[in-house]
Amino acid sequence: MLQRRNPQLNANGELIHLLSIEGLPRAVLTQILDTAGTFLSVNERDVKKVPLLRGKSVFNLFFENSTRTRTTFEIAAKRLSADVINLDINKSSTAKGESLLDTIANLSAMHADMFVVRHSESGAPYLIANACAPHVHVINAGDGRHAHPTQGLLDMYTIRHFKKDFANLTVAIVGDIVHSRVARSDIHALSILGVPEIRAVGPKTLVPGDLAAMGVRVCHDMAEGIRDADVIIMLRLQNERMSGALLPSAGEFFKSYGLSAEKLALAKPDAIVMHPGPINRGVEIESSVADGTHSVILPQVTFGIAVRMAVMSTIAGNQA
Amino acid sequence: MKILIRNGRVIDPASGRDERTDLAIASGRIVGIGAVGEFQAERTIDASGLVVAPGLVDLAARLREPGQEHEGMLESELAAAAAGGVTSLVCLPDTDPVLDEPGLVEMLKFRARKLSRCRLFPLGALTRRLEGQALTEMAELTEAGCVGFSQVDVALADTQVLLRALQYASTFGYSVWLRPQDAWLGKGVAAQGAVATRLGLSGVPVAAETIALHTIFELVRATKARVHICRLSSAAGVALLRAAKAEGLPVTADVSINSLHLTDVDIGYFNADLRLTPPLRQGADRDALRAGLADGTIDALVSDHNPVAEDMKNLPFGEAEPGATGLELLLSLALRWGNDAGLPLARTLACVTQHPVRVLGDAVGSLASSAGRLVEGGVADVCIFDPTAVWSVTPADLASRGKHTPFAFASTGMALPGRVRATLVAGTVAHERG
Repeated sequence: MLQRRNPQLNANGELIHLLSIEGLPRAVLTQILDTAGTFLSVNERDVKKVPLLRGKSVFNLFFENSTRTRTTFEIAAKRLSADVINLDINKSSTAKGESLLDTIANLSAMHADMFVVRHSESGAPYLIANACAPHVHVINAGDGRHAHPTQGLLDMYTIRHFKKDFANLTVAIVGDIVHSRVARSDIHALSILGVPEIRAVGPKTLVPGDLAAMGVRVCHDMAEGIRDADVIIMLRLQNERMSGALLPSAGEFFKSYGLSAEKLALAKPDAIVMHPGPINRGVEIESSVADGTHSVILPQVTFGIAVRMAVMSTIAGNQA
Repeated sequence: MKILIRNGRVIDPASGRDERTDLAIASGRIVGIGAVGEFQAERTIDASGLVVAPGLVDLAARLREPGQEHEGMLESELAAAAAGGVTSLVCLPDTDPVLDEPGLVEMLKFRARKLSRCRLFPLGALTRRLEGQALTEMAELTEAGCVGFSQVDVALADTQVLLRALQYASTFGYSVWLRPQDAWLGKGVAAQGAVATRLGLSGVPVAAETIALHTIFELVRATKARVHICRLSSAAGVALLRAAKAEGLPVTADVSINSLHLTDVDIGYFNADLRLTPPLRQGADRDALRAGLADGTIDALVSDHNPVAEDMKNLPFGEAEPGATGLELLLSLALRWGNDAGLPLARTLACVTQHPVRVLGDAVGSLASSAGRLVEGGVADVCIFDPTAVWSVTPADLASRGKHTPFAFASTGMALPGRVRATLVAGTVAHERG
């Protein structure tokens, strides 16, 4: 098979879409994190706006509901002075009538400049990026189990902010990794940025052995997984997975893999605790930990806006 | 018409014949091979530098008729068969409506006969509407022309029904064609493994195939039913099949051109052309399938032809309809495998001629002794191809309505060996390419 060019890079290796962290050069990631740093100060000003995307139309195209993520993209786009159009497209109605690509063609005809796409199927943003006009940029805001690259980047920003450097870190990602696009994006980003030890922690139903091929150490024992960790990323356990064939109950999950103050003591004394939100208190994380001194869950949200601004302004500045 | 095919390299895998000679055809039959004396040909085909082989026999092709005529039609798909050198094909019963009634089968056979491009051997549905509950009228369907009975890709979850289907079929000597697939573990859009995990695609474990094989073989032991295993996909599956054959169970098997040449890595960036059933597995599986076909554990190579409409592929990977076009690629992909494996041409061709006919057995009646072969007195189903030609697959140029293939030159950058120059079905030229 031909080695196809990574579809999110142009011939000069510049980012034109953000579809996945996988395969991105380290310099591209670092540049986005640096740019995000400059936007943080914008967000603290009285007038929280820069004119970088003035006159551009950003379409938030959510085939899967998520008020939170959509809102963060909306804020980011508006702070860049873009016009934002939110579209919640119920997946079942598209299945009955208009196809995904027809929807894209229609919106392109309205002169969209950027699509922020969330879809329940892995790979959907690739299909969209492949189909839209060359000047249109696509940002993956989460596709199936595959990728959530802006979350991955904001997690990297958070880690760099608190730990300064990636070179000697041990990062533990805990919970439902098999269904998690956040975990996949974090794993790719951590690998690219040079984190030597990435651990995937959870029961065998949620942490398959195949993950080792992504360069992580698979741990089924929580104590082993978080011992001496510098960073602990707790994942959200979806309601529908809390009881059934994957897990017997939320309570039993918490007992084995929930982050309690007692378990947190196994990590490094200055460890940070992260979570992509929204958190399930008492399921994957104890309230005292979520609200405690190690928690950086709220700074993640703040950084998330700046990182999304950085991604939007970066790709808007590059031409296919 | 009396046709003389001159000076070609005549290869008949079944007899081992492989020599430069002439082939004389009259009244739809081969009347002479070798010194044909004063045969008065109405037409002479110069086959210098070309191979004259038996017409190909494909054990798995979907024609999408009845029901999905927009995706493929008998006319276009049988033209595709002829273009691919395929002179006999087995079509699958998962049409709409399902081939579970004799009338539908008769209609299909009748329409195919009128087109006279390729011999059509339908499989009947094993259960009504493929629902896995009630058996179809197998005797009636056989009379209408069915050569066996299949569940296609609808896994039969109820082992009681499977046992009874095998018992009933074996009573009359009908063969049952099953794709080994566990009803529950078989759900998923890619093979379980590093690629599916990385791309976030739901994975089908190897156990989906091996559990089903264990079940099938156990029931074959109990019933002595003749079973053809369709589209084997894993190394573990090949090992189980090898053991079953060594034990003497009456089983045969095939593998698709896709599983023989591709792996899950080829999915790349969610290329829906590689959304296939069964899903592509890993390199070790592909190697085992290739070795299994070479050593005869796997009997036949099939195109697994399935024309899929553009709209059904222009979807996210997991929602895209599985399938690829294949009839026009079967010969070239057989040759490519044979070249890679260093096999004699006759041995390579046996997987798409002699052996598939052996799988069909007496279900094809008198054709059993001459289809897939070149014998004096036998039917003149012939494929003439240029073994030295290389060509690039350009989907738009394919005769099939199905334009999706993982082997398109634009995505593989690979040219394929072997090009069909002429196809004869019952002594009539069904396809010719200059």
